[in-house]
Amino acid sequence: MNERENILGRIREALSVPAQKPGGHDHASEKPCGDCASKEARPVTAWLPLVGEAFEEQVELFAKNSKELTTDFRLVASEEELRACLAEIAQAEGWKKIATHAGALTGEAAAALGLPVLHTDGGYDVCELEQCDAGISACDALVAQTGGVLVTSQSAGGRALSVLPPHHVVLARREQLVPDLTAAFALLKAKYQGAYPSMISFITGPSRTGDIERILVLGAHGPKKLTVLCV
Amino acid sequence: MSTTPAAAEFKKEATTLSKDLTHRAFIRGALKKYEVARDSKKARFQDWQQARNAASEIKWQAINHLDTHLADFARNLEARGAKVHWASTGEQAREIILGIVREKKAKAIVKSKVMTGEEVHLNDALEKAGFEVVESDLGEYIVQLRHEAPYHFVFPAMHLTRGQISELFTKELGTAPTNSPEELTMIARRVLRNKYITADIGITGANFAIAETGMISITDNEGNARLTCALPKTMITLMGIEKVLPKLEDLALFLPMLATAGAGQLMTGYNTMYGGPKQPGEADGPEEFHVVLLDNKRTSLLASAEQRDALQCIRCGACLNVCPIYKNIGGHTYGTTYQGPIGAVITPKLRGLQEWSHLSFASSLCGACTQACPVKIDLHHHLLQSRRDARAQKPVWWEKLAFQGAAILFTNAWMFDLGMKLGRIGQIFHPLIKGTPLDPALAWTKSRELPKVAPETFREWWNHRK
Repeated sequence: MNERENILGRIREALSVPAQKPGGHDHASEKPCGDCASKEARPVTAWLPLVGEAFEEQVELFAKNSKELTTDFRLVASEEELRACLAEIAQAEGWKKIATHAGALTGEAAAALGLPVLHTDGGYDVCELEQCDAGISACDALVAQTGGVLVTSQSAGGRALSVLPPHHVVLARREQLVPDLTAAFALLKAKYQGAYPSMISFITGPSRTGDIERILVLGAHGPKKLTVLCV
Repeated sequence: MSTTPAAAEFKKEATTLSKDLTHRAFIRGALKKYEVARDSKKARFQDWQQARNAASEIKWQAINHLDTHLADFARNLEARGAKVHWASTGEQAREIILGIVREKKAKAIVKSKVMTGEEVHLNDALEKAGFEVVESDLGEYIVQLRHEAPYHFVFPAMHLTRGQISELFTKELGTAPTNSPEELTMIARRVLRNKYITADIGITGANFAIAETGMISITDNEGNARLTCALPKTMITLMGIEKVLPKLEDLALFLPMLATAGAGQLMTGYNTMYGGPKQPGEADGPEEFHVVLLDNKRTSLLASAEQRDALQCIRCGACLNVCPIYKNIGGHTYGTTYQGPIGAVITPKLRGLQEWSHLSFASSLCGACTQACPVKIDLHHHLLQSRRDARAQKPVWWEKLAFQGAAILFTNAWMFDLGMKLGRIGQIFHPLIKGTPLDPALAWTKSRELPKVAPETFREWWNHRK
C-alpha cells in the first residue's frame, strides 16, 4: 500500500470540486480576498511595517526594536571598540569560558578575551558547550523591520551555539543590516544559490515565555541575554 | 437536539464553567493583555487589511494546488537527505513514529509543541510502548505534569495561576514553593536542559512547509524548538498536509502575521527553517530527519465546496482569543485538540459530524472570529454551515415539525393575529406556572425573563391610526 499515492489521489479528487473562496460565502462579512489582492500586484513590503530607505533610519529602527525586545544593541566605530565592548561585558558578567566558531570577526574577538574557548566547528561536546557562559557568533544579516538577527547553521557555528549558552553575542558588520524580511530572504537566495544550510533562523530577542499568567519571563530555554555588536 | 456523549459532556462543563466567575475573570484578564499587545503591533503594519488579503490569497492558492506543492515539498526535502513519510490516519502516523523510535532504541524523547501529536495521541502511544516523552514548551510541560490536555492550542497553560503551578512543581519535582513566574520558569529550565542533552529523539511540529526549497518552518519563543532540533541525533517532524506554502519568501508575510495575530508580537523569538539533517561541513544537528505528513481527514475538509478555506488555518489562535464563548466556557470544555471557533468548524469534519456538531451551536455568531482571522477564513459562516450539514444529514423530527408550524403561522395573517391575542392572554397566567415543570418556556425562563408581548401589534396600530 502506497500512502503517498493514496493521499495525493484523495487531494486530486477533492480539488476536482470547485470551492467557495473566503469571503465568497453567503452572509460573508468580508470581501473575497482575490478581488482586492490581485488588483494590486504590490510586494508585501507595502503592507508590512514601514522601514526607511536610509541607513541611519534603518539603524534607528533596529535600535528601537532591540530596545523593545531587550536586545542589547551597540553600534561601534571600529573593531578595537568591538573587542573592548566584548571585554567589558565578559568582565561585568564574569565569563569563565566561551564558545565561538571560525570567522573573520568572531575568531579574533574571542581570542582577544584571553579566556578558554570552545570552537564548535567540526563537532564539539554538548555538555562542554552547555557549561560555556556565552556563545559568540557571526550572522547573515540584521533585520531592521523586526529587530531580528538572521543566522544559519553555516554562518553561526551550527545549530546550538546561538541557543544553548545563557548569553548569545552576535558580531555583525554595518553592511549586514537589511531593511526587512523580504530583503533577508533575497539575501539568503543570492548567498547560498539553492544550497541552503540545514538550519536558517531569525532570532528576535532573547528567549522568552509568557506561559505563566501571560507574564513575560526572559530566558525560558535559550539565552537569557542577546547582545548585538555591530561594527 | 439529539444528544451524543460528547455533547452531553460539553453542556455539563459549559454550564459549570460559565457560572465560575473567578475563572472567567482570570481568562479575560490574560486575554486582555494579549489584545493590547496585538493592537499595538497591528498598528505598525502599513495596511493590516491588505496584508490579510495577501495572506488569504496565498494560502487559498496553496491549498488549491496542494497536490503539486506537497509533491514538490517532499521531493526537495528528500533531495537534501531527509526521509518523508505519508500517513493517511492517526494510527499510521503513530506506527511510523513508533517504528523510528524503536529502530533507534531510544531511551529518552524530547518534544517541542506538536498539535498534530495531540491530535493523534502520540504521547500515549509512545508511553504505552515504554518510552519516556517530555514536553519542552513550558506551557505544554506544565499540562503534561498535570496529565491534562492543553487549554489553548497556543497558550496551553493559560488557565493556571502561578500558585497552582508552584504547587504542581513542589509535588512533582520537589522544588520549594514560589510566587514568582520567573523562578518557576527557571525551575523548568533547569529540569529540561538535562532532557535536551540526554534525549536521543526530538519530535516537533511545523508551522509552515516550503514547497520550493523543501523546508519546514517552526515558530517558538522559548528556544525549546531550537534545542529540540539541535541536540538529539534523530529529529522527527509530524505535520498536517495543509501546512505548505509555495515559496520561501512567502514567510516574509506569514511570520509577522502569525506573531501579531497569535501572540501580539511583531515577530516571534525564533522562526527557524529546517531543510534536512546535518549537512556536510556543519558543526552539529541530527543525523536523521524524518518528516511525517498527516492527512487524518484533512482531505475531506479539502473536498468540501463550502468549507475548504478552513484548511487555510495557520493555528495562530486569534479566533479563540476574541471568542465570547471561549472566554466563558474555557478551552477544556470543547473536549477537542483544537478549541474555539476554528476547532468548532474543523472538528466535525475531522472527527464526525453528528458527534461534534453541538460545537457549532455554541456560538453567538457575532463574527469576531472571522474578523480576527489573519487568513480570512469565514469562520462564522462555517459554524452555520455545520449546523445545516448536521441537520440535513440527520433531521430532528420535532424541529422540522416546529419549523413547518412556524411557516404556516407566519404566512397566514389571521393565524398570526390570533397567536398574538392568545399570547397576550397567556402571559397573564404565565407567572402561575413560571419556573415549574408545567412552564412551556422553562428552558428559557430558568435563567432569563421572558419578553412581554406588546399590548398592540404593528398591524393593529396601523389599522387604528388616525
